[in-house]
Amino acid sequence: MKKYSVFSLVKNAFSNHQNWDVAWRDPEPKKEYEVLIIGGGGHGLATAFYLAKNYNIRNVAILEKGWIGGGNVGRNTTILRSNYMHDANNLFYEHGMKLWSDLSQELNYNVMYSPRGIINLAHSDAQMNSFTRRGNSMRLNGIDATLLGREDIKKIIPFADFSSNCRFPIFGGLLQPTGGTARHDAVAWGYARGADDHGVDILQHCEVTGFDVVNGKIQGVQTSKGNIKAKKIGLCVAGSTSLLAEKLNMNLPIESHVLQACVSEPIKPLLDQVVTFGAGHFYCSQSDKGEMVMGGDLDGYNSYAQRGNLPTIQHVLTEGVALFPNLSRMKILRTWGGIMDMSMDGSPIIDKTHIEGLYLNCGWCYGGFKAIPVSGLTFAHTIAKDEVHELNAPFRLDRFHTGHLIDEKGLGTKTWIS
Amino acid sequence: MLEIRCPYCGKRSQNEFAYGGDATVKRPELNSEVSDQEWDDFVYYRKNPRGNHLELWHHISGCRQWFKAHRNTATHEIIQTYELNQNIET
Repeated sequence: MKKYSVFSLVKNAFSNHQNWDVAWRDPEPKKEYEVLIIGGGGHGLATAFYLAKNYNIRNVAILEKGWIGGGNVGRNTTILRSNYMHDANNLFYEHGMKLWSDLSQELNYNVMYSPRGIINLAHSDAQMNSFTRRGNSMRLNGIDATLLGREDIKKIIPFADFSSNCRFPIFGGLLQPTGGTARHDAVAWGYARGADDHGVDILQHCEVTGFDVVNGKIQGVQTSKGNIKAKKIGLCVAGSTSLLAEKLNMNLPIESHVLQACVSEPIKPLLDQVVTFGAGHFYCSQSDKGEMVMGGDLDGYNSYAQRGNLPTIQHVLTEGVALFPNLSRMKILRTWGGIMDMSMDGSPIIDKTHIEGLYLNCGWCYGGFKAIPVSGLTFAHTIAKDEVHELNAPFRLDRFHTGHLIDEKGLGTKTWIS
Repeated sequence: MLEIRCPYCGKRSQNEFAYGGDATVKRPELNSEVSDQEWDDFVYYRKNPRGNHLELWHHISGCRQWFKAHRNTATHEIIQTYELNQNIET
């Protein structure tokens, strides 16, 4: 792989940028690999990258039924954070934040990491109390968190509704200064290029249609490009997890739901941080292109459609306008949907399965993007060593049997109530 | 916008309804011995099909009746709705 640098940029400028190398190859599938990763989204690409780089397992292929960057890794709202309350989540996601901070150097690819801060707004005394508790929990785990009052918030986002007749007045908020955003496409492309450079075969438009399991041990898969053998297989297919699990006669604590997001027309710099509305479910940041990137609730019924309905967008933007009245005069440029693998306690699953050589990575709910590096790292560890990493040890599949749930928001199993 | 046919009120807008989840999940009989596995299946495990899904809906801003619906999770097409006590061939 030729390194990207200012020198390569200058050199290629002389040939009108016509002679750049391809970022990753388009190889034919081999008959057999040591490890197959099913799903070429962020998590699958990162897993393959760390398998090759950290665990020196290079005979790896990624099977992607669509194209790189076409799934949830290209459909999210790009937010990075580790502002959780439970230790398991705090430690896991904070390790991820450390990986994000030098990811561009590690991948030699600019992922436009921007630790601009994330503010969760509070709209009542009770909410301030709960945010204080969560902030303390974060600080006990070594994560920076700052409690802001109404006047502090007013200095940061003066255009929010601070009027006296506001339905949900802003009482304050919890700031994680290291939270922020990264460019989602660049994360996918960077990991794909990095994995390919380490010898990983990225097989696009290669859909898995069945599994070969003999005596409780995985042997390989049937795909749209023929049969491929493998010693170990990792599932990283997010919203499609239940569909592949069904082929393995596995039932999982997962429901697939559609989550929509939207962007406005681009405007000049207005919002420096990521801001979430605390009296409903609405979050907002401004992209480098100037678009306001916004999201909120699930549509609220099982779905594999990758598109949602207007009432949810309307509902989310009503909250947006309640928070930022100046949004009301802006046009929405586009909306889209992605399929979330909603787990029954709102936390992910990274684990081995009862089938030898089959590993499971799913249940990311709406929080998968920020977890890409740490999920890839811990899943690679789980596959390479055949045992869970200490960071993903709490995210076992059997917690639904033993009762060690990680229910961050106390929502229980009604995943559609968000 | 989905239009959902409430078995009691007819076709109404999606805004009037609340979702109630998978209608095929059955609570284990309490007057018999229930294994951990049966409880796990009831509380946490879902078929989560792509395609035809039998599910509960609540006409919460209308007649407030619960009912069942066959809906396609891939296309969002609502195939048929049923009263709760109706026998449904699957």
